[in-house]
Formats: sequence, structure tokens, C-alpha cells
Amino acid sequence: MTTMTFSQAINAGLRQAMDDDPKVLLMGEDIGKLGGVFRITNGLQKDFGAHRVIDTPLAESAIVGTAVGLAYRGYRPVCEIQFDGFIYPGFDQIVCQVAKLHYRTGGAVKMPLTIRVPFGGGIGSPEHHSESPEAYFTHTSGLRVIAVSNPQDAYTMLRQAIACDDPVLYFEPKRRYHSKGDVDLGASLGDAPAMESAAVVRPGADATLVTYGPLVATALDAATAAQDEGISLEVIDLRSLAPVDYAPIEASLRRTGRLVITHEAGLTGGLGAEIAAQLTERCFDYLETAPVRVTGFDVPYPPSKMEKYHLPDLDRILDGVDRALGRPNSLTGLEG
Amino acid sequence: MNAYDGESLDPADWHAVEQLITADGTPVDNPELAGWVGDVTDYELADLYEDMVVIRRIDTEATALQRQGELALWPPLLGQEAAQVGSVRALRQDDFVFPSYRENGVAYCRGANVADMMAVWRGNTNSGWDPHGINVATPQIIIGAQTLHAVGYAMGITFDGTDSAAITYFGDGATSQGDVNEAMVFAASFQAPVVFFCQNNHWAISEPVGVQAHIPIAARAPGFGIPSRRVDGNDVLAVMAATRWALDRARRGGGPSYIEAVTYRMGPHTTADDPTRYRDPNELEDWAQRDPIERLGTLLETRGVLTEDRAAAVAAKADAVARELRAGVINRPDPGPLDVFANVYATPNAAVDRQRDRYARYLAGFGAGTETEGSLS
Repeated sequence: MTTMTFSQAINAGLRQAMDDDPKVLLMGEDIGKLGGVFRITNGLQKDFGAHRVIDTPLAESAIVGTAVGLAYRGYRPVCEIQFDGFIYPGFDQIVCQVAKLHYRTGGAVKMPLTIRVPFGGGIGSPEHHSESPEAYFTHTSGLRVIAVSNPQDAYTMLRQAIACDDPVLYFEPKRRYHSKGDVDLGASLGDAPAMESAAVVRPGADATLVTYGPLVATALDAATAAQDEGISLEVIDLRSLAPVDYAPIEASLRRTGRLVITHEAGLTGGLGAEIAAQLTERCFDYLETAPVRVTGFDVPYPPSKMEKYHLPDLDRILDGVDRALGRPNSLTGLEG
Repeated sequence: MNAYDGESLDPADWHAVEQLITADGTPVDNPELAGWVGDVTDYELADLYEDMVVIRRIDTEATALQRQGELALWPPLLGQEAAQVGSVRALRQDDFVFPSYRENGVAYCRGANVADMMAVWRGNTNSGWDPHGINVATPQIIIGAQTLHAVGYAMGITFDGTDSAAITYFGDGATSQGDVNEAMVFAASFQAPVVFFCQNNHWAISEPVGVQAHIPIAARAPGFGIPSRRVDGNDVLAVMAATRWALDRARRGGGPSYIEAVTYRMGPHTTADDPTRYRDPNELEDWAQRDPIERLGTLLETRGVLTEDRAAAVAAKADAVARELRAGVINRPDPGPLDVFANVYATPNAAVDRQRDRYARYLAGFGAGTETEGSLS
């Protein structure tokens, strides 16, 4: 085991993937000499050369679109989108090309792209630098979408994403880049949990708290705080957002009967809505109460002085837990 | 040379097009351009003639099949045969083509099966060929998106150190798209061995080319650092020469080139379109006088190459291809209901598998082995 930061773990994952397969190459803005605005690709251009760590012109549609052409040619490109809010110029290529080419060609053309997206808020950035656009992509058939929450997953799941013959959007929680954890750099991918699998990161008995990415740490803190009040929360890290691994959530719900979902993205049409619907369909007879969602508001991401109000934090999550448990909460007395 | 090299942008020349064969079938003295096709014999010219006749027959047959309800839609390429044949016949097999949906003449010349090609337009499938089988990407319907794929592919060629090239086809309308402009930026930045082949057919559905550009489209490329030429797109030999010029630059490490082939969409945008609502019939008549097949036929007759026997053989070939096409379309079985789930992902996917399995259970309720057809018709 090696103790390293989240960002170092991603760097190590990229390095390992490039060592493993000469067809892996990185494309993005400022990823070369600078090492990316978050320094995720630090040192990689120096070690692998400018033909494998490519500083591109500033055009996201072209970063993704030329990666499609490289994939046609047998390459395995890893695109860095500099910030979540910059992905939209590339949206057409992702949705209309990357996601659909395998289907369109009857399986003749594979699109083993990985698109890395630093996402989420909490770092005091200006507009367009703190968004959570994952639901646009989980809604798009043909894409796999993952969100990592800790350095070990960041390392392992990035390698899995790059090795995957399907396109993968890899969402990395930028506010956790400096958090540290132990990483087993030598573990083989064959022994790792499947990229599609969710993980129970804290067992519990009273309610099931489902989340992913940056809020996993917050949810674990909330579970610790709840324990002080005698409430036992089971925390599940989705890891894969498309497809979602429902089996462990179902198993958990059959025991707890109470579901709380939290994410930074807005409420309407967010991933929480789909999870609530799926679990209601699958476990209706086991539910003691309606699923509860604790999410960002349905507003444009606010100026940074207000983001602390927008982002679900420990207290808002525990308020949601209280709703799920029928305990006094902020909505007590309200109907509908 | 009439190339827009970025230094000789004399506005007086902007509207000129390079030719090797005039509209009435007369050879043009243009030594620089002709030098690129000096090895093309009259017999090889006759092969290009055959290609164009066959492609026009494919186009006519497909339009008829659409009118008869056998195809859902067809995007005619009537009038653009020389632009497609002249360019594609300049390629090597190891070059890779990134076409739009109208390059079915290109696909035919690359070896696509004509009946399979029609399956896209019948609604059976999204791809009429295996892209790796004939080195042609699937027809791109999103306007201009394929230009980026060609540039990326060409970047890969550079990384691999081979002398192949990529070529991308697009229309005058596509030149307004961000992707096409981004593709030119990337191609120039990476000096990618790619040929931008714009068929300016004067119409983007109902919008004349003047809506897209106030200068000849070829004049845009030098601003990106990409040399360009503007050729008569109805002159198959001029098109081939210009494409060879561009491919030669690509193979020698010269980077991207841009060709504007000035042609005309003689038919509708697709069979769902009615050009009489927006197009002056006199314009159509003007362009009918510049037909790509007739002019080459005249030249070949003058030179004694297109004899009655040869003309009859060409017609017989076109008839045979048309028969093959029609039979393949009419006899093609519809896909089954579970085919809808095939190939969404390259690797197993729990979400899709679950929906497929549940739909199969639903279908099984109608009786074992029943090939249930959807209720939509």
C-alpha cells in the first residue's frame, strides 16, 4: 500500500495504463508541460512524449471528435475536459458519436474512449467550474458513467475505464483531489471489484444512504454523526452511475426499508430520481416510507459565496435521514 | 495554378474554377493540374465513365424504390457523380474515408454491397457496410461531425508513421458548422494527413450557398493555414487531379489540404424534399448543361474509346447493379424485435440486458416462437 492523494492516484492510474498499452494516449487542454490545471497529468508528457500526452487547441468538440477518429484507427484516447462546465461544446460528439458508433456500426467499430471530467463544487470557483452534469450522460445509452470517491477507486477504476471497450465518462470530484488514502498500486485489474459494482462503504441497519463522488465522504461523516444519536446508517457508494448496480441497494433496502439518496446535482431529472423510481419498483413491499432525495437545488450553480447553501452537507443529509425515519425534521407538518 | 495558397488571394480569381474538361467535352489546357493525371489513359477514363453511369443508375433505382415504398428515404446524389468518383478513385485502399450520408457513390466505388448500402435507407440498420472492411466510416448524418473523425484518424496515421491519408466529405452547408472549423484548426495544428473535400452543390436543403458564405468556400481554408483548390466538381478528371494533389501533400508530410468541388444537387435534398418550393427551374436547366457524365461521354466518343459496344457494356453493368440492388432491398427480411438491443455496448451491460430479458418475456406471452412484430407500421 502507498499513501497518496486523490490526484496522485489518478496520475498513477494514467501512467500505469500508458505503460500497459502503447495505444493509450491523453488529449486535453494544458495537460502537457503544465500537467493540467489540476496537475493530474503532471510529468506524463515528459515521460511519454508529446505524441502521447497531447496539448490540443481549445475546442472540446474537436478533442472528443478527433478522439473518435483515433479510436477508429485503433487508439484508446483519454480526453481531459478541463472543467465540468466546459463539456457542453463536446456534448454533440459525445452523445451523437461516441455513445452511438458501436450500435450504429452493428458492433464493427468500438469506441474505447475515456473522458475524464473534474466535477462538482466546493472549491470556491467562478461560474462553469463547479457543475455536476452527470445525468445528461447517464440518460444517454451507449455511455458508461462512473464517479470515483477515493484514491484507490480513482486509480483502479481509471485503469478499468481505459481498458474497457465501451466509452466511459470518468467523473472525478475536484474538491477531493487533495484528500489522501492508501492505494495498492500493484493490484491486478482481475482481482478488483467490477467497474459496474456499487460498494457498501459502511454497514448499517436503520436506513440506506446512497451517494457517489464527492458526497461519499460527507455521507460517511453524516453516518458517524447519526451514530451518536443511535441511528445506524448503511452508506452505499454507487461508483458506477450507468449502469447502476442495484443489487446491493436492494439487499440493503430489504433490511432497512428506508432510502435516502444524495447528490450535488439538482433534483429534477437527477440520478436520484431514477434510483428512487427503480428501488420503488423493485422493493415497494419492503419500503417503510417514500424515498428521500437530498440534492442541490434546481438553480444554476450559484456564486461561490452561496455554494455552501446549495450543496448538500452533513446537516441537510441528516435532515433527510430524519424524514426517512419519520423523526422530526424540517418538513414536519407540511403536506405534499 | 489556381490554388488558394494564402498569398495570392486576388478577389478577381475567387470565382474561377479549375477544369480539365469543359462542359461540352473539350479538353482544357491546364498543365499544372493535368500533371497530376498524366498517367490516366483513355481506357481508365472510360472506367470512370462507367462508375458514374452505374452510380447514376443506383441513384435512380433508389429514388424509384423510395417512391414505391421500399425505402423510407433516399438522399439523391444526382449531378454529383464526378465529384464523388474523381475523388474516391484517387485514393488507395489503405486510405480512410469519412463521408456524409450523400456519398453513396463513394461507398460503391470502395466496394460496398449495394443492397446492404440500401438497408440503411430502408430502416433495417444504421450501417450499410463494415467500416473496417472497406475503410469507409458509416454515413454521418450530423452535419460536419465526421470531419473531426477524419482529422483524429489522420493524427493516428501520423503517430503510426505510415503514408496513408484520411479524406472527409461534406457539403457547403456543413462549412458553417463549428465542427468543420474546429477540424481545420486541429488539422493545421497537428499537420494531419487529411483531405477536406467539400462538395459545394449549391444547396443546403433550401438554403443557397450564399447563406453560408460570402466568398468562395475554398478561400476560407488558407485562413486556417490549409492550402485549397477550387475545381469544377462536374469534371471528373479535374477532381481526380486535385485529390491526387492533396493526397500527395498528405503522404509527403505536407499536412492537410482543402478542395472545393463546385457541383450542383440536381435532385431534392432527400426524397422528402420539394425543391420546386425554393429553386428557380432556370438554374436547374443551366446546370443540366454542365452534366458530368455527358461531357466525359462526349470526350470519350471523340477519342473513339466509348464505342457502341463499350456503351452497351456500361449500360448492361448498370442494369445488373440495379437488379442486384432492387432484389436485395425487396427480399431483405425485417430485423427481429430483440435486435433493437444488439450492440448498444461492446461489453455486457446489466441495464440493457435487464430490459431485453423483460421484453423477451413480454413477447413470449404471445406464444412460443412467435416472431412478434411491433404494432407501429
